[in-house]
Amino acid sequence: MAHAESAGPAPAILQEVKPAVLPRATLVENNRSFAWITEKICSIIEGKTPTWWWVCFIVACFVASFTVAGITYLVAVGVGVWGHANPVNWAWDIVNFVFWIGIGHAGTLISAILCLLRQRWRTSINRAAEAMTIFAVVCAAIFPVFHVGRVWYAWYLFPIPNSNVIWQNFRSPLEWDVFAVSTYGTVSVLFWYVGLIPDLAVLRDRFFAAGNKLRSFLYGLFALGWRGSNRHWSNYEMAYLILAGVSTPLVLSVHTIVSFDFAVSLLPGWHTTIFPPYFVAGAIFSGFGMVLTLMLPLRAIYKLEDLITQYHIDCMCKITLATGTIVGYAYAMEFFIAWYGANPYEGFAFINRAFGHYAWAYWIMIACNVITPQFFWFKKVRENTAFVWILSIFVNVGMWFERFVIIVTSLARDFLPSSWGYYSPSIVEIFTFFGTFGVFSVLFLLFIRFLPIMPMAELKAVTPQADVHAGHDHH
Amino acid sequence: MRDAGFKHWDCITPFPVHGLDKAMGVKRSIVPRFSLAGGILGFCTGMSLIWWTGAVDYPLIVGGKPYFSPMFAFPVAYELTILFTAFATIGGMFFLNGLPKHYHPVLKYDQIKRGMDDLFFIVIESRDPRFHATNTRTLLEKAGGTQIQELEA
Repeated sequence: MAHAESAGPAPAILQEVKPAVLPRATLVENNRSFAWITEKICSIIEGKTPTWWWVCFIVACFVASFTVAGITYLVAVGVGVWGHANPVNWAWDIVNFVFWIGIGHAGTLISAILCLLRQRWRTSINRAAEAMTIFAVVCAAIFPVFHVGRVWYAWYLFPIPNSNVIWQNFRSPLEWDVFAVSTYGTVSVLFWYVGLIPDLAVLRDRFFAAGNKLRSFLYGLFALGWRGSNRHWSNYEMAYLILAGVSTPLVLSVHTIVSFDFAVSLLPGWHTTIFPPYFVAGAIFSGFGMVLTLMLPLRAIYKLEDLITQYHIDCMCKITLATGTIVGYAYAMEFFIAWYGANPYEGFAFINRAFGHYAWAYWIMIACNVITPQFFWFKKVRENTAFVWILSIFVNVGMWFERFVIIVTSLARDFLPSSWGYYSPSIVEIFTFFGTFGVFSVLFLLFIRFLPIMPMAELKAVTPQADVHAGHDHH
Repeated sequence: MRDAGFKHWDCITPFPVHGLDKAMGVKRSIVPRFSLAGGILGFCTGMSLIWWTGAVDYPLIVGGKPYFSPMFAFPVAYELTILFTAFATIGGMFFLNGLPKHYHPVLKYDQIKRGMDDLFFIVIESRDPRFHATNTRTLLEKAGGTQIQELEA
């Protein structure tokens, strides 16, 4: 190729390709030291309980008591206290279940998929997002467990030998759901706990040095004798990577199986093949909405701007935008297929969604899920934290309505016009659902008070001074 | 330390340091073997559970569907694969690390708090055949070590 250089025109094939070296965004700003990170995160736990925390905690407990009241009444009287009646025998219970499970998905996405994709900006938000996942699964689990009616028989959902000698029907997607959700909850807790171990060891040693024997003992109990040994880190990192590897297909499968609850049925509006990817995108969309709702106030209260930078907020907004647009595309595609499929029942189900008795819910859904995220195209919007927070609330509201629209409109107008009905929730359902926000907040407040809200070890590893190559690219 | 031939030695670091495994001569972790075993076990558990309960122990026709088919058994077997893999991975990691451990002399060191925070330590255990109280101290000093201390086991 050497003689090609002397010839006039440039060679058609380049001898080598030099990809542009793009500057990497700084993940921890102001060149903070390792000790600063430890101090910053630990001081949240070690300091005095702030007044705002007590105020929020008491309010959250009060709100949670609504769930307790709703459930107690349900158990005492029976499922008839919910507003379910033919033909809508499945309504807020499953809407709320899918809503909460969906919120959990962003936590797993951040901790697993972004870990595999080496998106290192995940580090500062993954601990809180995983906590959010677990607490959301707790809230979600309340609904299917109590909608069985006689809750003391809920264990029939699992293949445990019983006096009737009969087994579960594994042909049913509802049984698949039992396994999907319980696996999801368990693996999320394991993943979260493994990530916590090194940080619990830090707290153990700090409380020991400060002379607080009781707290040192308690943190030490859960730190399992972690001592930061490099031989341990080697196995630990491998285990963490594998957990991320199995959590990725897990998170995608969970909402796929949740969507099977509907897609495997024969009801118009449910019986569609687009459901699995559409539900997964929606779940991630709603989850990121919730991550923004939670992290932006935390960032402001604890002054974590150096750890959750504008870059992090940009990334989260862009994912919300991308998944929100996918959801919008799915809405359009559903309509298209309903028309193109030429099935009159399917066509009617969709016309009815947009222009029938529940049209108000449909248009709230479109406004919140399709239009709201489009604001995130603009940098000015992404930089306005208060505005981003408000938009994230709209995302949460919209995704609740999405499930309501899918579930209730299809059931209320099924094949036989003589059995059509209109569903409205009873006060007991409203109480139960309203209270789950309190349950979630109580758990989340306890988490930020007693556990490190950010993974210190991982944060240190992404600081500029932890890079042994001093900022040079090393691939 | 690796070149000096020590076997029972370790580094204490606040976070996993990129490239330290190579410098210490630590081999690639074998945790994945546990994961693979767990995954296979989980998948077989799921499939055999559904086959045995549905086609052997109490065959029951529901909706005219077969007693057993790997198709409808797949979602549950898939979830159990993941569940068992996760448990095996974490169990394997703890087993290989010898954790949980109630006591280790390193944790008695009054500066251990800093090892979890922002300092980096090297630990050489006296059971190492090459260990010698003064020579090892000199070696550590030569390597640029400060604050060298002997800890009682």
